[in-house]
Amino acid sequence: MEEPKANVTTSGSEHGEKKEDGAGGPIILFFILGLVSSLVVGWIFFPPLVYSTKRQPIDFNHALHNGLVDNGCESCHFFREDGTYSGAPKLAQCVQCHEEANSEDPEEIKFVENFVKKEREVPWLVYARQPACVFFSHAAHVKMANIDCVTCHGPIGESESLRPYQENRISGYSRDIWGKHPLGLKRNPWDRMKMDDCAECHAQAKVSAGSVQTQRDGCLVCHK
Amino acid sequence: MKIDRRSFLAFVIGGAAGTTLSPLPWKLTDDISIWSQNWPWTPVPPRDERAFINSTCTLCPGGCGITVCKVGERVVKVEGRKDHPVNDGGVCPLGVAGVQLLYSPTRVRTPLKKVDGAWREIAWDTAIQEIAARLKDLREKGQPQSVAWVSDSDRGTVAELCKRFLTVYGSPNFIRTPSIQDSYELALYLTQGQRAMAGFDLANATYVLSFGSGVIEGWGSPPYLFRAKSAMQKAGGSFSQLEGRLSKTAAKADQFIPIKPGTEGALALSLVHVILKEGLYRKNFLQDHATGGEALTQLAGDDFAPESVAKLTGVEAKTIVDLAKAFAGAQKPLAVCGRGNGRQVSGNPQEFLAVHFLNALTGSVNAAGGVVAVPEPDYIDWPEPEMDAVASKGMQQARVDGAGGKDFPLSRYLLNRLPEVLNAGAASPVQALFVSGGNPAYSLADSATVEKALKKIPLIVSFSAFMDETAAMAHYILPNHVYLERFEDVPAAQGFPKPIIGLAKPVVKPLFNTRHTGDAVMQLAKAIGGNVAAAFGWESYAACLQESLGDKWDGLKAEGYWVDAKFSPAAFETKSKKFEFANADIALLPAYAALKAPGDDKSFPLTLVPFDTLRLGVGTIGAPPFLVKALEETLLTKNDGLVEINPADAQKLGLADGADAVLTTPRGSARVKVALSDGIMPGLVAMVRGLGHTAYDRFLAGKGVNINSLMSSVEAPGSGFEAAWGIRAQLTRA
Repeated sequence: MEEPKANVTTSGSEHGEKKEDGAGGPIILFFILGLVSSLVVGWIFFPPLVYSTKRQPIDFNHALHNGLVDNGCESCHFFREDGTYSGAPKLAQCVQCHEEANSEDPEEIKFVENFVKKEREVPWLVYARQPACVFFSHAAHVKMANIDCVTCHGPIGESESLRPYQENRISGYSRDIWGKHPLGLKRNPWDRMKMDDCAECHAQAKVSAGSVQTQRDGCLVCHK
Repeated sequence: MKIDRRSFLAFVIGGAAGTTLSPLPWKLTDDISIWSQNWPWTPVPPRDERAFINSTCTLCPGGCGITVCKVGERVVKVEGRKDHPVNDGGVCPLGVAGVQLLYSPTRVRTPLKKVDGAWREIAWDTAIQEIAARLKDLREKGQPQSVAWVSDSDRGTVAELCKRFLTVYGSPNFIRTPSIQDSYELALYLTQGQRAMAGFDLANATYVLSFGSGVIEGWGSPPYLFRAKSAMQKAGGSFSQLEGRLSKTAAKADQFIPIKPGTEGALALSLVHVILKEGLYRKNFLQDHATGGEALTQLAGDDFAPESVAKLTGVEAKTIVDLAKAFAGAQKPLAVCGRGNGRQVSGNPQEFLAVHFLNALTGSVNAAGGVVAVPEPDYIDWPEPEMDAVASKGMQQARVDGAGGKDFPLSRYLLNRLPEVLNAGAASPVQALFVSGGNPAYSLADSATVEKALKKIPLIVSFSAFMDETAAMAHYILPNHVYLERFEDVPAAQGFPKPIIGLAKPVVKPLFNTRHTGDAVMQLAKAIGGNVAAAFGWESYAACLQESLGDKWDGLKAEGYWVDAKFSPAAFETKSKKFEFANADIALLPAYAALKAPGDDKSFPLTLVPFDTLRLGVGTIGAPPFLVKALEETLLTKNDGLVEINPADAQKLGLADGADAVLTTPRGSARVKVALSDGIMPGLVAMVRGLGHTAYDRFLAGKGVNINSLMSSVEAPGSGFEAAWGIRAQLTRA
């Protein structure tokens, strides 16, 4: 009666396990080997590969400039008359003080030679640039909700030099959007600024201002 | 240790588990999804300061105000200017697509000279010196009159500078491209003694009768008439369209009366006949403000009784009588004419006179809701140039096109006659041709003859900003700035019932090595020297414009337009100081007779008529891609042009919808596809104007058929105006 049982598939595997009893060690070993090597690839080798690193055209010193201007960040990053936000300053603003180099600082000399004299705009790389599908209004946050710059951007005004800009090789956007941590974990608001982060703050502040067009909360507030 | 299948599988499974526990798949998935939501090839306007600049559109004579949206230095959108008296926020498709003209690949980026049939780049100064040398040479030979100048406008500072150049150089041959303005201006001049543009107070009319005018298809100032027509209908007014096919205007009319094209004048005279016979006219106007009523009774005699014209026009006698009663019975009736958008053909002036008489009989001349004579602007008041002996002698020569001569004493410009004149003799009477606006090589009827004529001219200079057909045939191109790059006065809005001056101003710095035609003309004059140079005392075109506009300049620069809001039409300036239905000048024109389409009826059983669509623009500028993409498939499928035909005719010819066919006229033949339409009269076939370009870019060239290559010029008797409305044709299965 035992013989036909051996032909049944289920008992066949039982039979096999018994037979391969001694080989259980290497299989687990290979499993662990696969597991560990993929973890190493996924956690250590992969994350840096996603980004290319670029240097800013000029190593700008925020701390130095912040000490010289009267109106803090808004001295250079201001709101235009129509309420739109100017973002990174254009050459015309810089030239107001930097028609000639004011110091022997090599970065300033480079700026004057390469950009001011050639009347070329500086191709600043903007760390906090949101993807093209996102509509973000600085006026709504700064002017209406009275959130100061540091809350979202961190103490960039105190930095003495500009850190490298990391660009996602697939999406083409700044690393600051997705987050520095490989899992996208964050400690500060400026470590990451994805949709969930917008939503989190909006939920906390109980803001449910609707879209101007639809008068409703939801997708169209940010995705026009 | 042996690596077998099982250990390999274990490694793979371990690898899969590890990968799942690492950020790799999640991060990749997310990045790919972000990438797919923001395709990098989808154009996104650059982030920069947004600016809205008011200017005036010069793409057609409509004179609309535009608001141009710029992001940084890039123009991203053109909108109709709100609060503008002409268009009040409205804009036509070409106006919107103007951005694509600015950035068009077909723009001429630098002066060009044709050497051995190929274009070579040339410096501005060299080009001007070379052309000036050729012109000096002609002057020395005593042939200044062999220079001709073609322009699409004869008003405003640029056109006046060109005219002044030609005058002081010694040639009377300034020629404006044909349009219905020729006939309207003549009708106003003959009956009212006024050199004026016809304006239409359509919004305040209560009944509009259109003799084939594409009132919402680019006729006059397109957005103004769109709005005026809607306002008129909303206020309870009624709109009747007389046309051979169901055009967009006919479809949007309250009444559509199919009429055999080319017989509109006969119908107008028939209406006059009924109105006179039944005494439906405004008696006080006729008694106090008009003369020549008897002559009119004679003109619209029994030959034009409804029964007499019913067969000719295809409109039943009863319909004609009803129409006359409805028109004369309306509180403020208005009749308009000029087929399609009216920008290629002058029309038969006798037909325009007939329609104008209709307006006069019903008191709709220079009245609210009627036709208004809008005077030519008077701000250009330059001192008379000092003429030397060569110039004076040259100016006394007869015009090369015959306008104003003994055959056509009433006409001012007859560009349509030029090809025939040029082809008549061995040597061309025109030794140098300047083209600053218009595209005669494309838009004149009978392209082959036109091409042959142009090839006989030893020097053609084009000022075109685009490589159009005429520019392609030129010897030099001195490219103008595009309208968004230059200052220019726009001295009137066609069809608008008040005097208005618009100012076009530069919205962006010139993108290429182009130069304002005004400046180029002055520099050419200075290079010629002598009295020619002395006639241009201005430092630059900008200085000339500012000086010419005088005290209007500051207001124009700030407001963008000047309008005479309280304008009321001047009194009639005829000898009798009345509206004249007949006088010595009118007698110079033979009485109205319907003009036949060229070609014999036997070999060509059908009649081909052109029509216009706003989707192919409103002027001679080739349609930019936005427009071509928006064309309906009854006009263009892939690269094939379509010809519209009544299903009954198509059945007789064995042609199905979409079938390949050959359209033949006495002037040529073209491969087409067939589009069946119940909206076209049997016996007619129709094709759209504006396709079949050979020049321009790949977005336009080679698409469809240029109907002008199949058309034949028809000279209106007495005036010589281009009156071609159709041609006999034959359609056969390909």
